[in-house]
Amino acid sequence: MSEPSPTILQISDLSVAYATPRGAVRALAHVDLTVPRGEIVGIVGESGCGKTTLISAVLRLLAGNATVTSGSILFNGRDVLAMNGTELRRLRGGGIAMVFQDPMTALNPVLSIGTQMVDVQFRERRSTAQKRRAAAAMLKRVGIPDAESRLDDYPHQFSGGMRQRIAIAMALLTNPSLLIADEPTTALDVTMEAQIIHLLRELKQEFAGSILFISHNLGLIAELCDRVTVMYAGEVVETGPVEALFHYPGHPYTQALLRCDPARVEQKTVELPTIPGEVPNLLSPPSGCVFTDRCPIAIDRCRVTVPPPIALGPGHAARCIRIPENVAA
Amino acid sequence: MSLLEVDNLTVRFRTMGVVRQFLTATKQPWVEAVADVSFELREAKTFALVGESGSGKTTLGRALIGLIPPASGRIRFGGSDRPGRSSSAWKRWRRQMAMMFQDPVGSLSPRLTVRSLISEPLAIHGAGPQDRDAEARRLLGLVGLPTDFGSRFPHELSGGQARRVGVARALSLNPRLVIADEPTAGLDVSVQGEILNLMNRLQQELGLAYLLITHNLPIVRHVSDRLAVMYLGRLVETGPTDQVFARPAHPYTHGLLAAQPHPDPERRRMTAELSGEVPSLRNRPPACEFHTRCPFAQQICREVAPELREIAPGRQTRCHFPLA
Repeated sequence: MSEPSPTILQISDLSVAYATPRGAVRALAHVDLTVPRGEIVGIVGESGCGKTTLISAVLRLLAGNATVTSGSILFNGRDVLAMNGTELRRLRGGGIAMVFQDPMTALNPVLSIGTQMVDVQFRERRSTAQKRRAAAAMLKRVGIPDAESRLDDYPHQFSGGMRQRIAIAMALLTNPSLLIADEPTTALDVTMEAQIIHLLRELKQEFAGSILFISHNLGLIAELCDRVTVMYAGEVVETGPVEALFHYPGHPYTQALLRCDPARVEQKTVELPTIPGEVPNLLSPPSGCVFTDRCPIAIDRCRVTVPPPIALGPGHAARCIRIPENVAA
Repeated sequence: MSLLEVDNLTVRFRTMGVVRQFLTATKQPWVEAVADVSFELREAKTFALVGESGSGKTTLGRALIGLIPPASGRIRFGGSDRPGRSSSAWKRWRRQMAMMFQDPVGSLSPRLTVRSLISEPLAIHGAGPQDRDAEARRLLGLVGLPTDFGSRFPHELSGGQARRVGVARALSLNPRLVIADEPTAGLDVSVQGEILNLMNRLQQELGLAYLLITHNLPIVRHVSDRLAVMYLGRLVETGPTDQVFARPAHPYTHGLLAAQPHPDPERRRMTAELSGEVPSLRNRPPACEFHTRCPFAQQICREVAPELREIAPGRQTRCHFPLA
């Protein structure tokens, strides 16, 4: 192994298109994303913005009709897109582990969780008894009481929150350098959600790993992440440190998204803010800025110019040509 | 004036068959999904039922419109008692309230067009004008959808559009009360606002009352007048929304509010206030059912069940040591 690079994951200029009977759908366009070692990076965006396509590309799990049309994905300095089968097997689960949205479908319903947690340690040269002990210790760490006796239970014998804890424990058993969590609390109640978020934060400290956290919930992003990337219609529209992005959002879409969150509307109101219009059809993406049609400050030039990232502060940039006027205002 | 009055409503689900009940000598072969719930809902107001999954809020809503028979209790609507399901008065009573079901797309039949979906209630109740197509167009207009949506099928709709169709269908019989079960679940934040604004506009135009069933507390704060918090099928707190949000009285309400992630990185919470999880309905904790998770529980909470009692005009809580 070469010496560890300061960035665990570096995605540059990534574009992905899906072939469909009606033509090519541009799912991702020139996406740049960096996950520094030991940080939690959040990706936020509404449904259809390409969050899931992005993480599928990182794990090389894209659907058969998808093609990567440009860009590179470097994990620990190595190009994921050029990896062969053996290297990919080492990457998936070993280098990068994943926690999915719905823990019930992520766990195998006909195997006890002990069996599943021993299975994921197939790389380790240890006895099964040792693997079971490691599994029990990890279950205890994520807050499952009577961990040892519960190894023989099946997924349906646990509650939703417990299942998600198990899924997190399984992901961490292989000691990955990057954990990808795709909406890990969407299926859970708020009190359970708060506990899982708290757990992720503790685990990050303990295991010194990096987390790529995908969510549409701005509250969770603010709660957990160090850096945030905002996606819209397959593009990164803004990226920055979490404080800067929540307090000084530069892109009109980020501003609108923050304004819409009912938890941020301090005064009680009956007329909640919305973002008028619809997401552009990615079969024929707009030629200029993707947000033009819904943007309150769009000018004619927005329709023709693809906006370059404009720096707003250290590590904070947004792709909007109206930034000088918008931020000053 | 109160539109809907619910007194001591209890809904039970059987958990075992008669033979097993006999063989195991079980006295209570059921779980109480809704236990002794009483509340009233006023005309043209919004009443929110909040709680986590399994708290019985959806079951309560379904029992109100007659989808689940209650085990006991009384439901009065507009001053008249709920008639028997087989009586001729049933349809007349029932059509005064409508339900918006949880899953916006899944609650629409995939084989029917939007036009048939929203005029189906008219056919069932033999009500409304002769020209049902015109009525369907009127309803589409009311919820802000173009009239050519009438010929679409549910899979051709986005989540927000499907939700609007759900609203149109609920309104087709001119109800006085709409029970909205998680109207914003699965919608993006920008679309959530649109649906809530639409519901609010319709409330003002048509004088509708809403029973809003949700676990989304930020929207409850904005749209409801009163709320009730449910835990294990029981009401643990009721009161005017502003007061409950400002000073929650029950520790569970307090914990729910504290568990809301706040979209501001400066206001991160370092701990999760409520630990553990909701107990099983089959195994209700004795005395105060919340004591297993309550950060303030005392000895009395493990021994004596608290009653729902008034702590201020219009505010009730089920706690020995209310916080407000």
